[in-house]
Amino acid sequence: MTEKVRIAQLSCGPEYSGVQKEINDAAAMVDAEVFFPDIMLDDVREGFESFGLDVRSPDLKLAIGRAKALVDGKIDADAVFIATCFRCAEAAIVRNELRRYIHENSSLPVVSYSFTERTTAGTLLTRMEALTTIARRRALLAREEQEGITMGIDSGSSTTKAVVMKDNEIVGTGWLPTTEVLKSAEGVVDLALAEAGLTMNDIQAIGTTGYGRYLVGKRFNAQLVQEELTVNSKGAVYLAGSQHGPATVIDIGGMDNKAITVQDGIPGMFTMGGICAGASGRFLEMTAKRLGIDITELGPLAMKGMGEKVPMNSYCIVFGTQSLVNALAEGSSREDVAAAACHSVAEQVFEQQLQEVDIKEPVIMVGGTSLIQGLVYAMGQLLQTEIVVPHHSQYIGAVGCALLASGFVKGE
Amino acid sequence: MAKVFIYPATSLILSDMVARFGHEPLGSAIGIRERIQTPGFESPPLQITPEEPKKGLKWAAVEVPSGVRGRMAVYGPLIEAAEAAVIVRDPEFAFGCMGCARTNELILFHLRNMGIPVLELDYPESEDEGIAFVAAIREFLNGLPKEASE
Repeated sequence: MTEKVRIAQLSCGPEYSGVQKEINDAAAMVDAEVFFPDIMLDDVREGFESFGLDVRSPDLKLAIGRAKALVDGKIDADAVFIATCFRCAEAAIVRNELRRYIHENSSLPVVSYSFTERTTAGTLLTRMEALTTIARRRALLAREEQEGITMGIDSGSSTTKAVVMKDNEIVGTGWLPTTEVLKSAEGVVDLALAEAGLTMNDIQAIGTTGYGRYLVGKRFNAQLVQEELTVNSKGAVYLAGSQHGPATVIDIGGMDNKAITVQDGIPGMFTMGGICAGASGRFLEMTAKRLGIDITELGPLAMKGMGEKVPMNSYCIVFGTQSLVNALAEGSSREDVAAAACHSVAEQVFEQQLQEVDIKEPVIMVGGTSLIQGLVYAMGQLLQTEIVVPHHSQYIGAVGCALLASGFVKGE
Repeated sequence: MAKVFIYPATSLILSDMVARFGHEPLGSAIGIRERIQTPGFESPPLQITPEEPKKGLKWAAVEVPSGVRGRMAVYGPLIEAAEAAVIVRDPEFAFGCMGCARTNELILFHLRNMGIPVLELDYPESEDEGIAFVAAIREFLNGLPKEASE
């Protein structure tokens, strides 16, 4: 049995919010343990005074003191989990500054989360899994080339994707909407194998990711079952040819969004949003449906419009749809509405998530939504940078899986 | 004997002083003890469950962070039961342990608005101030009714 990954917790409030047990449970699910760094009172005082952020909350002072001790190497930890109450402004400042401080001054993977009393272990699982993967599987994440014949399956909330890779090339792909998880997975596997001209017997290793990763992994006896944060960031830098140096990966998914900063192919800081469906691929699907077009037509349509003409800045899919219907009823053009919808999603991701990671170029957009040209354009405008959308970006999770799974090819 | 809320609520020194001068201290130990000794809850380390932030709605609205509402579920009933209070302003953070600043502000607000006798003191910075600090608390507690309130 592998040694438990030790995750240091820096926090204010989870015990009193009743969610500490959920945090512990999520860590236990990925064979990790959460612990509170034990430091002397003088270290707390020295820590927050030298950090220079004069917060009022003693618990946040303690969190800062603990962060300093981690960076100074006084505490032995494999990863850091920062957790504070949702809605607390002071905690939000501390959360952000500590994440940046730890990321810049240590090699510890760090993730932060603002919880409510309704936070469950399931919600935290992907984040904990990513933390432990980075801590435990650095060697695997350092893999830069795909070898042998491997398959990656990404069972996402909206779509299921599969790729077959052979000797560092994508030789087969499959893409279907997710209906029944296993049925969709079997469908994309058949498509990818047919395109590759191979059979299942030729596949030397399989990796799965996405919401349905456990179920699909079991069905196909996958050697690698991995959350999408590490898989997507690895896949993104691989496809974009940015395996060395810094990069930022943005994945606007059907249900949640990920923003990940990557250094030499290894994710360092990441956020995983999903508080509202108004900032996700689901909203764009809704928009396309309301405009009577296929989702693939939304991007080109948006490129012809002027998003500024239509007020659409909602933080909720219901109100967003209301804005959309109102705009159409008031005579706005379909092009302008499409552009406004793309801008609205990009703006929300920018405001809600990208403020929490340090944007480092190149910025790589991946996932199905990266094919929506209007969305990529809006994001580029907001970030004032050119966005890289690599070929096969919609298969990012599957490609990352196929790449990493080649570490399990016999003889490796 | 009066029920005296202490602030910081986690201060064992204040709790001890109130008890020594013949009154009942109301602080964290009381609120937490009740939860630890209530069977059926399993949420470590305080045996506080997501129910607490819901109970805390009585003292803080739903827009307030869950940690504040959870803490208020512990302190709120004690504040309501208080007949007097001793408040130490700007305490050293090690005096009375850690906590949330926003909850602390809310606790002080409620105590000041209850119409009960309240003694407010600055945290002592020297030995002389410490002596005056203890003397002031003793004088305040001696002035409270000694007979049981119920």
